[in-house]
Amino acid sequence: MIPAKLPRLLLWIVLVLSVPLSLLLAASAGSTGWHWPWALDETMQRVVLELRLPRAIAALVVGSLLALAGCLMQVLLRNPLADPYVLGLSGGAAAFALAGMMFGLTFIPVPLLAFCGALLSLLVVFVLARGRGPWSTTRILLTGVVVAAGWGALISLMLATGPDASLRSMLFWLMGDLSHARLSAWWLLPLTAGLALLWLRARSLNVMSAGALQAALLGESSQARFWEIYLVASLLTGLAVSMAGAIGFVGLIIPHLMRLLVGSDHRRLLPAAALFGGSFLVLADTLARTVLAPRQLPVGVLTALIGVPLFLLLLNRAVRIR
Amino acid sequence: MALLSTRDLSVQIGDVVVVESLSIEVAPGQFWGLLGPNGVGKTTLLKTLAGVHPACSGEVLLDGKTLSTLKRRSVARRLGMLPQHTRYVFEASCEQTALVGRHPHLRAWDRESEADRARARQALASLGLEKLAERSCMNLSGGESRRLALATVLVQDPAVMLLDEPTNHLDPANQVTILDVLGRQVRGHDKAAVMALHEVNLATCYCTHVLLLYGNGEYEAGPTDQLLDEQRLSRLYQCKMRLVDDGSQRVFAVAGQS
Repeated sequence: MIPAKLPRLLLWIVLVLSVPLSLLLAASAGSTGWHWPWALDETMQRVVLELRLPRAIAALVVGSLLALAGCLMQVLLRNPLADPYVLGLSGGAAAFALAGMMFGLTFIPVPLLAFCGALLSLLVVFVLARGRGPWSTTRILLTGVVVAAGWGALISLMLATGPDASLRSMLFWLMGDLSHARLSAWWLLPLTAGLALLWLRARSLNVMSAGALQAALLGESSQARFWEIYLVASLLTGLAVSMAGAIGFVGLIIPHLMRLLVGSDHRRLLPAAALFGGSFLVLADTLARTVLAPRQLPVGVLTALIGVPLFLLLLNRAVRIR
Repeated sequence: MALLSTRDLSVQIGDVVVVESLSIEVAPGQFWGLLGPNGVGKTTLLKTLAGVHPACSGEVLLDGKTLSTLKRRSVARRLGMLPQHTRYVFEASCEQTALVGRHPHLRAWDRESEADRARARQALASLGLEKLAERSCMNLSGGESRRLALATVLVQDPAVMLLDEPTNHLDPANQVTILDVLGRQVRGHDKAAVMALHEVNLATCYCTHVLLLYGNGEYEAGPTDQLLDEQRLSRLYQCKMRLVDDGSQRVFAVAGQS
Protein backbone atom coordinates (compact mmCIF):
# COMPACT_ATOMS: atom_id res chain seq x y z
CA MET A 1 0.00 0.00 0.00
CA ILE A 2 1.01 3.61 -0.47
CA PRO A 3 2.18 5.09 2.83
CA ALA A 4 0.49 8.16 4.26
CA LYS A 5 1.83 11.56 3.23
CA LEU A 6 2.47 13.15 6.63
CA PRO A 7 5.56 11.23 7.72
CA ARG A 8 7.26 11.75 4.38
CA LEU A 9 9.30 14.75 5.52
CA LEU A 10 10.25 12.92 8.70
CA LEU A 11 11.32 9.93 6.64
CA TRP A 12 13.63 12.06 4.51
CA ILE A 13 15.16 13.68 7.58
CA VAL A 14 15.89 10.21 8.98
CA LEU A 15 17.33 9.04 5.66
CA VAL A 16 19.64 12.05 5.32
CA LEU A 17 20.73 11.93 8.98
CA SER A 18 21.42 8.19 8.78
CA VAL A 19 24.54 8.92 6.74
CA PRO A 20 26.51 11.10 9.21
CA LEU A 21 25.20 9.06 12.14
CA SER A 22 26.37 5.78 10.65
CA LEU A 23 29.77 7.32 9.88
CA LEU A 24 30.06 8.59 13.44
CA LEU A 25 29.18 5.16 14.75
CA ALA A 26 31.74 3.52 12.47
CA ALA A 27 34.41 5.95 13.65
CA SER A 28 33.60 5.40 17.33
CA ALA A 29 33.29 1.63 17.46
CA GLY A 30 36.34 -0.57 17.17
CA SER A 31 38.02 -3.70 18.47
CA THR A 32 39.03 -1.72 21.59
CA GLY A 33 35.43 -0.84 22.41
CA TRP A 34 33.47 2.37 22.07
CA HIS A 35 35.16 5.78 22.15
CA TRP A 36 33.86 9.07 20.79
CA PRO A 37 36.36 10.20 18.16
CA TRP A 38 36.89 13.64 19.79
CA ALA A 39 37.80 12.06 23.14
CA LEU A 40 40.72 10.04 21.75
CA ASP A 41 44.47 10.40 22.13
CA GLU A 42 46.63 11.10 19.11
CA THR A 43 47.45 7.50 18.10
CA MET A 44 43.83 6.47 18.27
CA GLN A 45 42.80 9.52 16.31
CA ARG A 46 45.19 8.38 13.60
CA VAL A 47 43.53 4.96 13.64
CA VAL A 48 40.20 6.63 13.14
CA LEU A 49 41.38 8.95 10.38
CA GLU A 50 43.56 6.47 8.51
CA LEU A 51 41.72 3.19 9.02
CA ARG A 52 38.15 3.45 10.23
CA LEU A 53 36.96 6.52 8.36
CA PRO A 54 38.30 5.60 4.89
CA ARG A 55 36.83 2.14 5.30
CA ALA A 56 33.49 3.57 6.42
CA ILE A 57 33.43 5.94 3.46
CA ALA A 58 34.19 3.07 1.09
CA ALA A 59 31.35 1.14 2.70
CA LEU A 60 29.05 4.12 2.23
CA VAL A 61 29.87 4.39 -1.47
CA VAL A 62 29.68 0.63 -2.10
CA GLY A 63 26.32 0.41 -0.34
CA SER A 64 24.93 3.32 -2.37
CA LEU A 65 26.21 1.86 -5.63
CA LEU A 66 24.70 -1.55 -4.94
CA ALA A 67 21.35 -0.09 -3.92
CA LEU A 68 21.21 2.10 -7.05
CA ALA A 69 22.25 -0.75 -9.33
CA GLY A 70 19.57 -2.90 -7.70
CA CYS A 71 16.88 -0.29 -8.47
CA LEU A 72 18.02 -0.16 -12.09
CA MET A 73 18.14 -3.93 -12.58
CA GLN A 74 14.66 -4.25 -11.11
CA VAL A 75 13.34 -1.79 -13.68
CA LEU A 76 15.27 -3.29 -16.59
CA LEU A 77 14.14 -6.82 -15.86
CA ARG A 78 10.72 -5.62 -14.67
CA ASN A 79 11.09 -7.71 -11.59
CA PRO A 80 11.05 -6.22 -8.10
CA LEU A 81 13.11 -9.17 -6.90
CA ALA A 82 16.08 -8.75 -9.26
CA ASP A 83 19.48 -7.77 -7.89
CA PRO A 84 22.67 -6.25 -9.36
CA TYR A 85 24.39 -9.63 -9.62
CA VAL A 86 21.61 -11.37 -11.47
CA LEU A 87 23.38 -11.07 -14.82
CA GLY A 88 26.61 -12.59 -13.56
CA LEU A 89 28.47 -9.32 -13.04
CA SER A 90 29.85 -10.32 -9.66
CA GLY A 91 30.91 -13.73 -10.99
CA GLY A 92 32.87 -12.16 -13.84
CA ALA A 93 34.49 -9.66 -11.51
CA ALA A 94 35.41 -12.31 -8.94
CA ALA A 95 36.79 -14.71 -11.56
CA PHE A 96 39.04 -12.02 -13.03
CA ALA A 97 40.23 -10.82 -9.64
CA LEU A 98 41.01 -14.37 -8.54
CA ALA A 99 42.81 -15.15 -11.78
CA GLY A 100 44.88 -12.01 -11.26
CA MET A 101 45.82 -13.07 -7.72
CA MET A 102 46.55 -16.66 -8.73
CA PHE A 103 48.62 -16.00 -11.80
CA GLY A 104 50.54 -13.23 -10.07
CA LEU A 105 49.44 -10.40 -12.32
CA THR A 106 50.53 -7.97 -9.64
CA PHE A 107 51.20 -5.14 -12.07
CA ILE A 108 47.44 -4.75 -12.67
CA PRO A 109 45.45 -3.50 -9.68
CA VAL A 110 42.85 -6.06 -8.54
CA PRO A 111 39.95 -3.55 -8.69
CA LEU A 112 40.73 -2.83 -12.32
CA LEU A 113 40.77 -6.55 -13.12
CA ALA A 114 37.46 -7.01 -11.33
CA PHE A 115 35.93 -4.15 -13.26
CA CYS A 116 37.09 -5.62 -16.59
CA GLY A 117 35.59 -8.96 -15.53
CA ALA A 118 32.24 -7.35 -14.76
CA LEU A 119 32.16 -5.58 -18.13
CA LEU A 120 33.18 -8.76 -19.98
CA SER A 121 30.42 -10.66 -18.25
CA LEU A 122 27.92 -8.04 -19.33
CA LEU A 123 29.11 -8.20 -22.94
CA VAL A 124 28.92 -11.99 -22.96
CA VAL A 125 25.35 -11.89 -21.67
CA PHE A 126 24.24 -9.33 -24.22
CA VAL A 127 25.94 -10.93 -27.20
CA LEU A 128 24.45 -14.31 -26.30
CA ALA A 129 21.03 -12.97 -25.37
CA ARG A 130 20.60 -10.82 -28.46
CA GLY A 131 21.00 -13.56 -31.05
CA ARG A 132 17.93 -13.52 -33.24
CA GLY A 133 14.36 -12.70 -32.36
CA PRO A 134 13.10 -9.82 -30.33
CA TRP A 135 14.77 -8.31 -27.33
CA SER A 136 13.31 -9.88 -24.23
CA THR A 137 13.94 -9.61 -20.53
CA THR A 138 13.38 -13.31 -19.89
CA ARG A 139 16.06 -14.18 -22.41
CA ILE A 140 18.56 -11.80 -20.85
CA LEU A 141 17.71 -13.00 -17.35
CA LEU A 142 18.16 -16.68 -18.25
CA THR A 143 21.39 -16.02 -20.11
CA GLY A 144 22.65 -14.06 -17.12
CA VAL A 145 21.85 -16.85 -14.70
CA VAL A 146 23.63 -19.42 -16.86
CA VAL A 147 26.66 -17.19 -17.40
CA ALA A 148 26.82 -16.60 -13.64
CA ALA A 149 26.85 -20.37 -13.12
CA GLY A 150 29.70 -20.62 -15.60
CA TRP A 151 31.76 -18.04 -13.69
CA GLY A 152 30.98 -19.96 -10.50
CA ALA A 153 32.43 -23.12 -11.99
CA LEU A 154 35.58 -21.28 -13.09
CA ILE A 155 35.97 -19.80 -9.62
CA SER A 156 35.60 -23.20 -7.95
CA LEU A 157 38.16 -24.60 -10.36
CA MET A 158 40.63 -21.88 -9.44
CA LEU A 159 40.00 -22.31 -5.73
CA ALA A 160 40.39 -26.08 -5.97
CA THR A 161 43.64 -25.96 -7.88
CA GLY A 162 45.09 -22.79 -6.35
CA PRO A 163 47.65 -22.51 -3.55
CA ASP A 164 46.19 -23.05 -0.08
CA ALA A 165 47.90 -19.99 1.35
CA SER A 166 45.77 -17.57 -0.66
CA LEU A 167 42.54 -19.44 -0.09
CA ARG A 168 41.44 -17.39 2.88
CA SER A 169 41.83 -14.00 1.25
CA MET A 170 40.11 -15.30 -1.88
CA LEU A 171 37.16 -16.56 0.12
CA PHE A 172 36.83 -13.24 1.90
CA TRP A 173 36.80 -11.55 -1.46
CA LEU A 174 34.12 -13.85 -2.84
CA MET A 175 31.87 -13.27 0.14
CA GLY A 176 32.34 -9.54 0.05
CA ASP A 177 34.73 -7.81 2.40
CA LEU A 178 35.50 -4.17 3.05
CA SER A 179 38.73 -4.47 5.04
CA HIS A 180 40.87 -3.45 2.06
CA ALA A 181 38.29 -1.26 0.37
CA ARG A 182 39.41 2.30 -0.24
CA LEU A 183 37.81 4.91 -2.41
CA SER A 184 40.38 6.04 -4.92
CA ALA A 185 40.12 9.28 -6.84
CA TRP A 186 39.79 7.71 -10.28
CA TRP A 187 36.40 6.27 -9.37
CA LEU A 188 34.98 9.73 -9.04
CA LEU A 189 34.67 10.54 -12.73
CA PRO A 190 32.61 7.50 -13.82
CA LEU A 191 30.70 7.70 -10.56
CA THR A 192 29.65 11.32 -11.05
CA ALA A 193 28.83 10.72 -14.71
CA GLY A 194 26.65 7.74 -13.81
CA LEU A 195 24.82 9.63 -11.06
CA ALA A 196 24.26 12.70 -13.24
CA LEU A 197 22.80 10.50 -15.96
CA LEU A 198 20.51 8.80 -13.46
CA TRP A 199 19.31 12.16 -12.22
CA LEU A 200 18.31 13.07 -15.78
CA ARG A 201 16.78 9.67 -16.45
CA ALA A 202 14.74 9.25 -13.26
CA ARG A 203 11.42 9.95 -14.96
CA SER A 204 12.38 7.80 -17.95
CA LEU A 205 12.89 4.96 -15.50
CA ASN A 206 9.30 5.40 -14.34
CA VAL A 207 8.18 4.95 -17.93
CA MET A 208 10.49 2.00 -18.46
CA SER A 209 9.03 0.26 -15.41
CA ALA A 210 5.93 -0.26 -17.56
CA GLY A 211 7.92 -2.26 -20.12
CA ALA A 212 9.72 -1.70 -23.42
CA LEU A 213 6.56 -1.25 -25.51
CA GLN A 214 5.06 1.33 -23.16
CA ALA A 215 8.42 3.13 -22.95
CA ALA A 216 8.60 3.38 -26.75
CA LEU A 217 4.99 4.58 -26.97
CA LEU A 218 5.68 7.28 -24.39
CA GLY A 219 8.65 8.62 -26.30
CA GLU A 220 11.71 6.71 -25.12
CA SER A 221 13.80 5.35 -27.98
CA SER A 222 13.37 2.12 -26.14
CA GLN A 223 16.33 -0.05 -27.13
CA ALA A 224 18.92 2.69 -26.88
CA ARG A 225 17.59 3.79 -23.50
CA PHE A 226 17.54 0.26 -22.13
CA TRP A 227 21.13 -0.38 -23.22
CA GLU A 228 22.17 2.90 -21.65
CA ILE A 229 20.66 1.99 -18.29
CA TYR A 230 22.09 -1.55 -18.46
CA LEU A 231 25.50 -0.01 -19.00
CA VAL A 232 25.15 2.39 -16.07
CA ALA A 233 23.90 -0.41 -13.82
CA SER A 234 26.90 -2.55 -14.77
CA LEU A 235 29.26 0.34 -14.25
CA LEU A 236 27.91 0.92 -10.74
CA THR A 237 27.98 -2.79 -9.91
CA GLY A 238 31.45 -3.22 -11.41
CA LEU A 239 32.78 -0.36 -9.27
CA ALA A 240 31.20 -1.81 -6.14
CA VAL A 241 32.41 -5.35 -6.77
CA SER A 242 35.91 -4.22 -7.62
CA MET A 243 36.13 -2.33 -4.32
CA ALA A 244 34.64 -4.86 -1.95
CA GLY A 245 33.84 -8.15 -3.67
CA ALA A 246 30.37 -9.56 -4.05
CA ILE A 247 28.45 -8.21 -1.07
CA GLY A 248 25.05 -9.80 -1.38
CA PHE A 249 21.50 -8.67 -0.64
CA VAL A 250 22.16 -4.91 -0.29
CA GLY A 251 21.15 -4.39 -3.93
CA LEU A 252 18.08 -6.53 -3.44
CA ILE A 253 16.70 -5.59 -0.05
CA ILE A 254 17.36 -1.85 0.04
CA PRO A 255 15.54 -0.94 -3.20
CA HIS A 256 12.67 -3.15 -2.15
CA LEU A 257 12.39 -1.60 1.30
CA MET A 258 12.67 1.91 -0.10
CA ARG A 259 9.93 1.17 -2.62
CA LEU A 260 7.68 0.34 0.31
CA LEU A 261 8.61 3.57 2.07
CA VAL A 262 8.83 6.23 -0.67
CA GLY A 263 7.00 4.56 -3.58
CA SER A 264 8.13 3.65 -7.08
CA ASP A 265 8.78 7.14 -8.46
CA HIS A 266 12.49 6.98 -9.24
CA ARG A 267 12.99 10.65 -8.53
CA ARG A 268 12.42 9.73 -4.89
CA LEU A 269 13.41 6.08 -4.97
CA LEU A 270 16.95 6.55 -6.30
CA PRO A 271 18.12 9.11 -3.71
CA ALA A 272 16.40 7.21 -0.89
CA ALA A 273 18.04 3.93 -1.93
CA ALA A 274 21.44 5.58 -2.29
CA LEU A 275 21.23 7.19 1.17
CA PHE A 276 19.95 4.18 3.04
CA GLY A 277 22.02 1.63 1.09
CA GLY A 278 25.12 3.57 2.05
CA SER A 279 24.39 3.94 5.74
CA PHE A 280 23.12 0.37 5.97
CA LEU A 281 26.40 -1.01 4.68
CA VAL A 282 28.41 1.26 7.00
CA LEU A 283 26.47 -0.11 9.97
CA ALA A 284 26.74 -3.70 8.76
CA ASP A 285 30.48 -3.33 8.29
CA THR A 286 30.91 -1.77 11.72
CA LEU A 287 29.07 -4.71 13.17
CA ALA A 288 31.17 -7.13 11.09
CA ARG A 289 34.42 -5.85 12.50
CA THR A 290 33.33 -5.44 16.12
CA VAL A 291 30.88 -8.22 16.93
CA LEU A 292 33.57 -10.92 17.20
CA ALA A 293 36.49 -8.52 17.85
CA PRO A 294 39.39 -8.92 17.45
CA ARG A 295 38.32 -11.26 14.67
CA GLN A 296 36.76 -9.61 11.64
CA LEU A 297 33.90 -11.11 9.68
CA PRO A 298 33.47 -10.50 5.96
CA VAL A 299 30.60 -8.02 5.76
CA GLY A 300 28.95 -10.11 3.01
CA VAL A 301 28.24 -12.81 5.58
CA LEU A 302 26.41 -10.33 7.77
CA THR A 303 24.38 -8.75 4.97
CA ALA A 304 23.37 -12.25 3.85
CA LEU A 305 22.42 -13.23 7.40
CA ILE A 306 20.23 -10.12 7.63
CA GLY A 307 19.13 -10.30 4.01
CA VAL A 308 17.97 -13.87 3.63
CA PRO A 309 15.16 -13.80 6.22
CA LEU A 310 14.19 -10.28 5.17
CA PHE A 311 14.06 -11.34 1.53
CA LEU A 312 11.89 -14.34 2.32
CA LEU A 313 9.57 -12.11 4.29
CA LEU A 314 9.26 -9.60 1.44
CA LEU A 315 8.80 -12.40 -1.10
CA ASN A 316 6.01 -13.84 0.97
CA ARG A 317 4.40 -10.44 1.10
CA ALA A 318 4.79 -9.96 -2.67
CA VAL A 319 3.09 -13.29 -3.31
CA ARG A 320 0.19 -12.40 -1.07
CA ILE A 321 -0.43 -9.13 -2.90
CA ARG A 322 -0.90 -10.89 -6.27
CA MET B 1 -4.34 17.40 -43.96
CA ALA B 2 -4.53 13.84 -42.72
CA LEU B 3 -3.15 13.29 -39.23
CA LEU B 4 -2.04 9.77 -40.00
CA SER B 5 -1.71 8.18 -43.39
CA THR B 6 -0.06 5.18 -44.97
CA ARG B 7 1.45 4.92 -48.42
CA ASP B 8 1.70 1.47 -50.00
CA LEU B 9 2.25 -0.02 -46.58
CA SER B 10 2.96 -3.74 -46.38
CA VAL B 11 3.18 -5.39 -42.99
CA GLN B 12 4.14 -8.91 -42.09
CA ILE B 13 4.66 -10.77 -38.84
CA GLY B 14 6.33 -14.15 -39.06
CA ASP B 15 4.67 -15.83 -42.03
CA VAL B 16 1.44 -13.88 -41.70
CA VAL B 17 0.92 -11.15 -44.27
CA VAL B 18 -1.14 -8.53 -42.43
CA VAL B 19 -1.74 -6.03 -45.24
CA GLU B 20 -0.32 -5.42 -48.67
CA SER B 21 0.03 -1.93 -50.13
CA LEU B 22 -2.33 -0.28 -47.68
CA SER B 23 -3.02 3.35 -48.45
CA ILE B 24 -5.41 5.14 -46.11
CA GLU B 25 -5.75 8.65 -44.76
CA VAL B 26 -7.01 9.27 -41.25
CA ALA B 27 -8.24 12.85 -41.01
CA PRO B 28 -9.12 14.86 -37.89
CA GLY B 29 -12.54 13.93 -36.55
CA GLN B 30 -12.41 10.41 -37.94
CA PHE B 31 -12.83 7.37 -35.73
CA TRP B 32 -11.61 4.26 -37.50
CA GLY B 33 -12.57 0.71 -36.54
CA LEU B 34 -10.10 -2.02 -37.37
CA LEU B 35 -11.97 -5.30 -37.84
CA GLY B 36 -10.77 -8.77 -38.68
CA PRO B 37 -10.70 -12.34 -37.39
CA ASN B 38 -8.36 -13.50 -34.60
CA GLY B 39 -4.72 -13.65 -35.58
CA VAL B 40 -5.10 -11.60 -38.73
CA GLY B 41 -2.61 -9.04 -37.44
CA LYS B 42 -4.66 -6.16 -36.04
CA THR B 43 -2.23 -5.62 -33.18
CA THR B 44 0.77 -5.79 -35.51
CA LEU B 45 -0.79 -3.24 -37.85
CA LEU B 46 -1.48 -0.87 -34.94
CA LYS B 47 2.10 -1.29 -33.76
CA THR B 48 3.34 -0.51 -37.25
CA LEU B 49 1.18 2.62 -37.33
CA ALA B 50 2.72 3.56 -33.96
CA GLY B 51 6.20 2.99 -35.35
CA VAL B 52 7.16 0.22 -32.95
CA HIS B 53 6.94 -2.61 -35.50
CA PRO B 54 8.89 -2.33 -38.76
CA ALA B 55 7.00 -2.21 -42.06
CA CYS B 56 8.05 -4.52 -44.92
CA SER B 57 7.66 -1.75 -47.46
CA GLY B 58 5.88 1.53 -47.83
CA GLU B 59 5.64 4.13 -45.11
CA VAL B 60 3.52 5.60 -42.34
CA LEU B 61 3.12 9.38 -42.29
CA LEU B 62 2.33 11.35 -39.16
CA ASP B 63 1.29 14.95 -39.90
CA GLY B 64 2.62 14.34 -43.40
CA LYS B 65 6.10 13.40 -42.18
CA THR B 66 7.60 9.93 -42.46
CA LEU B 67 7.13 8.34 -39.05
CA SER B 68 10.37 6.36 -39.03
CA THR B 69 12.45 9.53 -39.42
CA LEU B 70 10.86 11.27 -36.42
CA LYS B 71 12.23 11.08 -32.91
CA ARG B 72 10.24 8.84 -30.57
CA ARG B 73 9.59 11.76 -28.26
CA SER B 74 8.06 13.95 -30.97
CA VAL B 75 6.00 10.96 -32.15
CA ALA B 76 4.74 10.40 -28.59
CA ARG B 77 3.52 13.99 -28.36
CA ARG B 78 1.27 13.46 -31.40
CA LEU B 79 0.49 9.75 -31.29
CA GLY B 80 -0.45 7.49 -28.40
CA MET B 81 -1.38 3.86 -28.22
CA LEU B 82 -3.34 1.74 -25.78
CA PRO B 83 -1.63 -1.67 -25.85
CA GLN B 84 -3.72 -4.83 -25.74
CA HIS B 85 -2.25 -5.86 -22.40
CA THR B 86 -0.81 -3.79 -19.60
CA ARG B 87 0.77 -5.34 -16.56
CA TYR B 88 1.87 -3.28 -13.60
CA VAL B 89 4.69 -4.82 -11.56
CA PHE B 90 5.69 -1.93 -9.26
CA GLU B 91 3.56 -0.29 -6.62
CA ALA B 92 2.30 3.14 -7.64
CA SER B 93 -0.90 5.05 -7.11
CA CYS B 94 -3.35 5.17 -10.02
CA GLU B 95 -2.90 8.92 -10.30
CA GLN B 96 0.86 8.48 -10.59
CA THR B 97 0.38 5.77 -13.21
CA ALA B 98 -1.85 8.02 -15.30
CA LEU B 99 0.54 10.93 -14.82
CA VAL B 100 3.26 8.97 -16.64
CA GLY B 101 1.39 9.98 -19.81
CA ARG B 102 2.87 13.48 -19.49
CA HIS B 103 6.36 12.07 -20.02
CA PRO B 104 6.84 13.03 -23.69
CA HIS B 105 5.69 16.60 -22.97
CA LEU B 106 8.27 17.23 -20.26
CA ARG B 107 11.99 17.79 -20.60
CA ALA B 108 14.37 15.55 -18.68
CA TRP B 109 14.63 17.89 -15.70
CA ASP B 110 10.99 19.09 -15.63
CA ARG B 111 8.54 17.99 -12.97
CA GLU B 112 4.84 17.50 -13.54
CA SER B 113 2.93 20.72 -12.91
CA GLU B 114 -0.29 21.14 -10.95
CA ALA B 115 -2.06 21.40 -14.34
CA ASP B 116 -0.65 17.99 -15.29
CA ARG B 117 -1.93 16.56 -12.02
CA ALA B 118 -5.35 18.06 -12.62
CA ARG B 119 -5.36 16.56 -16.09
CA ALA B 120 -4.58 13.12 -14.64
CA ARG B 121 -7.35 13.42 -12.06
CA GLN B 122 -9.77 14.57 -14.72
CA ALA B 123 -8.87 11.67 -17.03
CA LEU B 124 -9.42 9.21 -14.18
CA ALA B 125 -12.74 10.86 -13.36
CA SER B 126 -13.94 10.78 -16.97
CA LEU B 127 -13.46 7.00 -16.93
CA GLY B 128 -15.16 6.56 -13.58
CA LEU B 129 -11.94 5.91 -11.67
CA GLU B 130 -11.88 9.03 -9.46
CA LYS B 131 -12.20 6.93 -6.29
CA LEU B 132 -9.08 4.96 -7.22
CA ALA B 133 -6.73 7.96 -7.64
CA GLU B 134 -4.86 7.24 -4.42
CA ARG B 135 -5.15 3.45 -4.60
CA SER B 136 -2.35 1.18 -5.76
CA CYS B 137 -2.34 0.13 -9.41
CA MET B 138 -1.46 -3.42 -8.41
CA ASN B 139 -4.78 -4.65 -7.02
CA LEU B 140 -7.17 -3.55 -9.73
CA SER B 141 -9.81 -5.65 -11.47
CA GLY B 142 -9.39 -6.36 -15.20
CA GLY B 143 -11.81 -3.61 -16.16
CA GLU B 144 -10.27 -1.07 -13.79
CA SER B 145 -6.76 -1.68 -15.01
CA ARG B 146 -7.99 -1.42 -18.64
CA ARG B 147 -9.48 1.99 -17.89
CA LEU B 148 -6.34 3.05 -16.01
CA ALA B 149 -4.26 2.24 -19.09
CA LEU B 150 -6.65 4.30 -21.20
CA ALA B 151 -6.40 7.16 -18.70
CA THR B 152 -2.64 7.19 -19.27
CA VAL B 153 -3.27 7.64 -23.00
CA LEU B 154 -5.79 10.45 -22.34
CA VAL B 155 -3.23 12.20 -20.11
CA GLN B 156 -0.68 11.84 -22.89
CA ASP B 157 -3.21 13.81 -24.98
CA PRO B 158 -2.11 12.72 -28.46
CA ALA B 159 -3.80 13.87 -31.68
CA VAL B 160 -3.82 10.29 -32.96
CA MET B 161 -4.98 7.52 -30.65
CA LEU B 162 -4.35 3.91 -31.56
CA LEU B 163 -6.45 1.63 -29.40
CA ASP B 164 -5.94 -2.11 -29.26
CA GLU B 165 -9.23 -3.62 -28.10
CA PRO B 166 -10.05 -0.86 -25.59
CA THR B 167 -13.30 -2.57 -24.58
CA ASN B 168 -11.62 -5.79 -23.39
CA HIS B 169 -12.65 -6.79 -19.85
CA LEU B 170 -15.29 -4.05 -19.73
CA ASP B 171 -18.98 -4.51 -18.98
CA PRO B 172 -21.47 -2.96 -21.46
CA ALA B 173 -21.93 0.23 -19.39
CA ASN B 174 -18.19 0.82 -19.21
CA GLN B 175 -17.76 0.01 -22.91
CA VAL B 176 -20.22 2.79 -23.69
CA THR B 177 -18.56 5.12 -21.18
CA ILE B 178 -15.09 4.82 -22.64
CA LEU B 179 -16.24 4.90 -26.26
CA ASP B 180 -18.26 8.06 -25.49
CA VAL B 181 -15.12 9.61 -23.96
CA LEU B 182 -13.07 8.60 -26.99
CA GLY B 183 -15.76 9.79 -29.39
CA ARG B 184 -15.88 13.20 -27.70
CA GLN B 185 -12.08 13.43 -27.87
CA VAL B 186 -12.15 12.68 -31.60
CA ARG B 187 -15.06 14.95 -32.56
CA GLY B 188 -14.58 17.78 -30.10
CA HIS B 189 -10.82 18.18 -30.25
CA ASP B 190 -10.10 17.41 -33.91
CA LYS B 191 -8.31 14.24 -33.03
CA ALA B 192 -8.38 10.88 -34.75
CA ALA B 193 -8.50 7.33 -33.49
CA VAL B 194 -7.90 3.88 -34.92
CA MET B 195 -9.40 1.15 -32.78
CA ALA B 196 -9.06 -2.61 -33.14
CA LEU B 197 -12.13 -4.39 -31.84
CA HIS B 198 -14.31 -7.46 -32.16
CA GLU B 199 -17.77 -6.02 -31.48
CA VAL B 200 -19.10 -5.09 -34.90
CA ASN B 201 -22.07 -3.29 -33.40
CA LEU B 202 -19.85 -0.97 -31.38
CA ALA B 203 -18.09 -0.14 -34.63
CA THR B 204 -21.39 0.73 -36.31
CA CYS B 205 -22.29 2.97 -33.36
CA TYR B 206 -19.00 4.82 -32.92
CA CYS B 207 -16.76 4.46 -35.95
CA THR B 208 -16.96 6.84 -38.89
CA HIS B 209 -14.71 4.59 -40.96
CA VAL B 210 -13.68 0.95 -40.90
CA LEU B 211 -10.69 -0.98 -42.12
CA LEU B 212 -11.42 -4.65 -42.75
CA LEU B 213 -8.52 -7.11 -42.73
CA TYR B 214 -9.43 -10.32 -44.55
CA GLY B 215 -6.08 -12.08 -44.09
CA ASN B 216 -3.41 -12.74 -46.74
CA GLY B 217 -2.88 -9.01 -47.03
CA GLU B 218 -6.34 -8.24 -48.44
CA TYR B 219 -8.16 -5.24 -47.04
CA GLU B 220 -11.04 -2.87 -47.61
CA ALA B 221 -11.30 0.60 -46.14
CA GLY B 222 -13.99 3.23 -46.20
CA PRO B 223 -16.91 4.89 -44.41
CA THR B 224 -18.68 2.55 -41.99
CA ASP B 225 -22.19 2.80 -43.45
CA GLN B 226 -20.97 2.03 -46.96
CA LEU B 227 -18.74 -0.86 -46.03
CA LEU B 228 -20.44 -2.81 -43.28
CA ASP B 229 -22.98 -5.24 -44.71
CA GLU B 230 -23.95 -8.88 -44.30
CA GLN B 231 -21.88 -10.05 -47.23
CA ARG B 232 -18.62 -8.44 -46.21
CA LEU B 233 -18.91 -9.34 -42.54
CA SER B 234 -19.78 -12.96 -43.33
CA ARG B 235 -16.69 -13.15 -45.49
CA LEU B 236 -14.58 -11.33 -42.89
CA TYR B 237 -15.42 -13.60 -39.99
CA GLN B 238 -16.02 -16.79 -42.01
CA CYS B 239 -19.44 -17.27 -40.47
CA LYS B 240 -22.96 -16.19 -41.32
CA MET B 241 -23.70 -12.63 -40.13
CA ARG B 242 -27.20 -11.18 -40.42
CA LEU B 243 -28.34 -7.58 -40.32
CA VAL B 244 -31.32 -7.11 -38.00
CA ASP B 245 -33.16 -3.82 -38.44
CA ASP B 246 -36.10 -2.93 -36.20
CA GLY B 247 -36.53 0.47 -37.73
CA SER B 248 -34.68 2.38 -35.01
CA GLN B 249 -31.46 0.38 -34.83
CA ARG B 250 -29.45 -1.83 -37.15
CA VAL B 251 -27.64 -4.70 -35.44
CA PHE B 252 -25.42 -7.39 -36.89
CA ALA B 253 -25.97 -10.83 -35.39
CA VAL B 254 -24.16 -14.12 -35.77
CA ALA B 255 -26.45 -16.54 -37.59
CA GLY B 256 -24.44 -19.76 -37.56
CA GLN B 257 -21.78 -21.38 -39.70
CA SER B 258 -21.17 -20.05 -43.18
